[in-house]
Amino acid sequence: MARRHFEIRTQPGFGLVALFTFAILYLPIAVLVVYAFNASESVTVWGGFSVKWFAEAWNNSAVQDAAWRSLVIAVFAAVIATFAATMAAIATTRTAPYPGQGFQYAFINQPLMVPEIVTAVALLIVFSRLKVWTGYSGLGWLILAHTAFCIPFAYLPIRARLEGMDLTLERAAADLYATPWQAFRRVTLPLLRPGIIAGFMLAFVISLDDVVITEFVKSGGQDTLPTYMLGQIRRTVTPEVNAIATAFLALSIILVTGFFLINRRKT
Amino acid sequence: MTLKLKAALAAMSIFAFAGSAAAEGELNIYNWGDYTSPELIKKFEDTYKVKVTITDYDSNDTALAKVRAGGHGFDIVVPSANYVPIWVKEGLLLEARPDQMENFKNVDERWVDVPWDPGRHYTVPWQWGLTGIGVNKKVYSGDANTSAIFLDPPAELVGKINVAPEMNDVLFATIKYFGGEWCTDDKELLKKVRDKLVEAKPKWLAMDYSVTEKLPAGDYSAVYYWNGAIMRSRLANPDIAIGYPKEGFPFFMDSIAILKDAKNTENAKLFMNFIMEPENAALISAFAKYANGIKGSEQFMPAEMKDAPELVIPAEFQGAGEFLTTCAPEVSELYTRIWTDVNK
Amino acid sequence: MASAAEIASQARRTEVRDRWLLSAPALLIIFVAAIGPLFVMLAYSFMVKGDYGDVKFGQYSLDGWFSVFLQRDIFDDTLTFADAHLSIFWRSIKLSFLTTVSTLLLGFPTAYFIATRPRHTREIWVFLVTIPFWTNLLIRTFAMQQVIRNEGIVNSLLRWVGVIDEPLQIMHTDWAILFGMVYVYLPLMVLPLYASMEKLDFRLVEAGYDLYAGRLQVLRRIIIPLVSPGIIAGSILVFIPSLGAYVIPRVLGGGKNMMLGNLIELQFGAGRNWPLGAALSITLMVLVMVALLFYVRNASRSGATHG
Repeated sequence: MARRHFEIRTQPGFGLVALFTFAILYLPIAVLVVYAFNASESVTVWGGFSVKWFAEAWNNSAVQDAAWRSLVIAVFAAVIATFAATMAAIATTRTAPYPGQGFQYAFINQPLMVPEIVTAVALLIVFSRLKVWTGYSGLGWLILAHTAFCIPFAYLPIRARLEGMDLTLERAAADLYATPWQAFRRVTLPLLRPGIIAGFMLAFVISLDDVVITEFVKSGGQDTLPTYMLGQIRRTVTPEVNAIATAFLALSIILVTGFFLINRRKT
Repeated sequence: MTLKLKAALAAMSIFAFAGSAAAEGELNIYNWGDYTSPELIKKFEDTYKVKVTITDYDSNDTALAKVRAGGHGFDIVVPSANYVPIWVKEGLLLEARPDQMENFKNVDERWVDVPWDPGRHYTVPWQWGLTGIGVNKKVYSGDANTSAIFLDPPAELVGKINVAPEMNDVLFATIKYFGGEWCTDDKELLKKVRDKLVEAKPKWLAMDYSVTEKLPAGDYSAVYYWNGAIMRSRLANPDIAIGYPKEGFPFFMDSIAILKDAKNTENAKLFMNFIMEPENAALISAFAKYANGIKGSEQFMPAEMKDAPELVIPAEFQGAGEFLTTCAPEVSELYTRIWTDVNK
Repeated sequence: MASAAEIASQARRTEVRDRWLLSAPALLIIFVAAIGPLFVMLAYSFMVKGDYGDVKFGQYSLDGWFSVFLQRDIFDDTLTFADAHLSIFWRSIKLSFLTTVSTLLLGFPTAYFIATRPRHTREIWVFLVTIPFWTNLLIRTFAMQQVIRNEGIVNSLLRWVGVIDEPLQIMHTDWAILFGMVYVYLPLMVLPLYASMEKLDFRLVEAGYDLYAGRLQVLRRIIIPLVSPGIIAGSILVFIPSLGAYVIPRVLGGGKNMMLGNLIELQFGAGRNWPLGAALSITLMVLVMVALLFYVRNASRSGATHG
């Protein structure tokens, strides 16, 4: 057969749209980073180059605590959510319909269907009672709340990946006398990995982002970066906020890059 | 290694019981965001060897809902004047009797017998201010001392106005504009109020909190907003000037109070007394740029604040200012409906 | 002796039990921290509103539900449709739909682009999609504001090029809300789309071309049906948070035009009408659920034909 004179994988214009998408994604971030180095007190008027806002943020213990707390909550919530979501995704896909399957699907996606403010008020009412009864008012409540709304975000991409992932390979593994665990560990999991990574990242980012639910569930001394910043909206936003964001950005990039490198070496 | 250590510490902090953390020498303040001077806190911590934790809120209602629900762990809260009676009525505040404290003599007489806390049995003034007009003189040079600036805007300001997204402040000014009393339930007057707001809103650019950025930069040419922010705008751009609506404008005062279920009542009382010291009250104002209610604090304030036109109200307009009070529930419901109609 | 049928049904029962056990942790967490509390919310929607927020326990009323759709006119007491609420519902649905369509139009080619890169670089591209989102929503929304405001980058650029003389007023309009939501929710579309495109079997695409299908036909008849689970997942992930968006309309829309999230917040906040807030929330939830069921059912039916 004659060689096709075009690459079958490309679709005309798609690369251009992708480029445009990346430009959209990065333009605001670029502005944000540039203004973190602004010498003036404004996030809109350029007043020369300076790193003073980094120093200011570094010396602001409230900011440091809040940033660290956001990170801790996001890590715990995203890890737990990804575990639970992976298990649930495996349970609810690739099978003949079984009783309760639709129910489970709806149940798991339920946090997506409720505006945050509703969950927030509902959680305030219930958790504050529980806090009084148990005498425990630590970060656990925030992590629990975050885990719940992170689960569907982790679940959907993992499920999307699983659906239509054919069973042949796993059957082959079973035919070769692999135990179900071996088949899962050696066959299913590696195939599932992109879905799990996407799910984890979504969950992590969603947790890091949350303002409304955190605002209502937090106890004394539990401000996260977003709730700390929400409190600042009324007054004014200084480049200190940009500096914090830039530092956070750099830190996450380093962390995730490290994660990728380690991961790659392994495979 | 350090990362592991930090993770372990974090894990510990999650499982640590808050009860055990409420040891002596702590104070938990629940205040508006960016409203608490770090210098003031540092000084208090050093003087009394107390560890202070500050948590932020962004609206009176959030704070109220949270404290009412219980299990919050706060000692001190800073409600606005029109909310203090609600807090008292709901039994959330401790009758700490600040009027019997050592430094109470420093409180300006004007702020002692206030309607929301007669004789100051519960609260101590934190900061006070007002909602007024700010205009860019380059764009509009006429009279700015009227609510007409945002209710019947002059042609040059149409489409360049920002109004504070605060139901009570906006309704207050509009009711006063038609000669009504705050908390009125006079339907005929309220109909005029609603129709005026519905008519005026398309002429506004925004209802936003970002005034200190956008007023000096020229995105807005006029605002109905808090005086502290207008002052900050003027410091950034000398063309900005304040106006006091002669028809009537609302004052606000946020006061600190101790919660009934506070764990660190004694430290909270110490803090109450501490901020009535003029030098300390001045720190509060220097940070957030609003006036406090403590006599003699002016001499410790930054020079730019001493006779700022935004803080010293001209005698002719002093009578036009009035405190927002708590309206009856039926009236609030009416006001919410009007507000929803305006914002649909 | 058990018959073959009995053994099979026994095995089936075990399988179903295992599947329930496997999803139990997720179900439990969601029950405790998301669904359970909503029952409290449902109960609240049938209570009498408290004078200063909250509700009066044990006193029941249908007022909350009544005022979702109907209202007594404030001034002449006639009963009318609550057109303020309805127009807010409509604006939210309209903007969320536009957001979903826009993110799909941008996200589909982007995800396809990533999925067709050489295997070892794909993760880097995915990583690039997520980076902007390691900063939180508020900061991103502020950053977006710098881009679209009158003195912002877009306007300066357009003026410099000479397309416009006067700055375009984007801030504080519905456009600003739309741009903001598209920007913020784009990765929620790209990531699930990518996850299902990544395993697209290009032999099927090739077969399509062998049968003389054009590019458009291949896209429409082969690629899109095959990645439809990703399209569904992405659309759900974008549509629903858009519907309840709160921060973006407040910051970029200038707070002038409410969306549902803001309306609900008003009832729990300064409006002090918790039963109405609860009833509005549940109405919204039901709407979303109906749309979702409809969507999933349709999608799974069309999905079934492609095996």
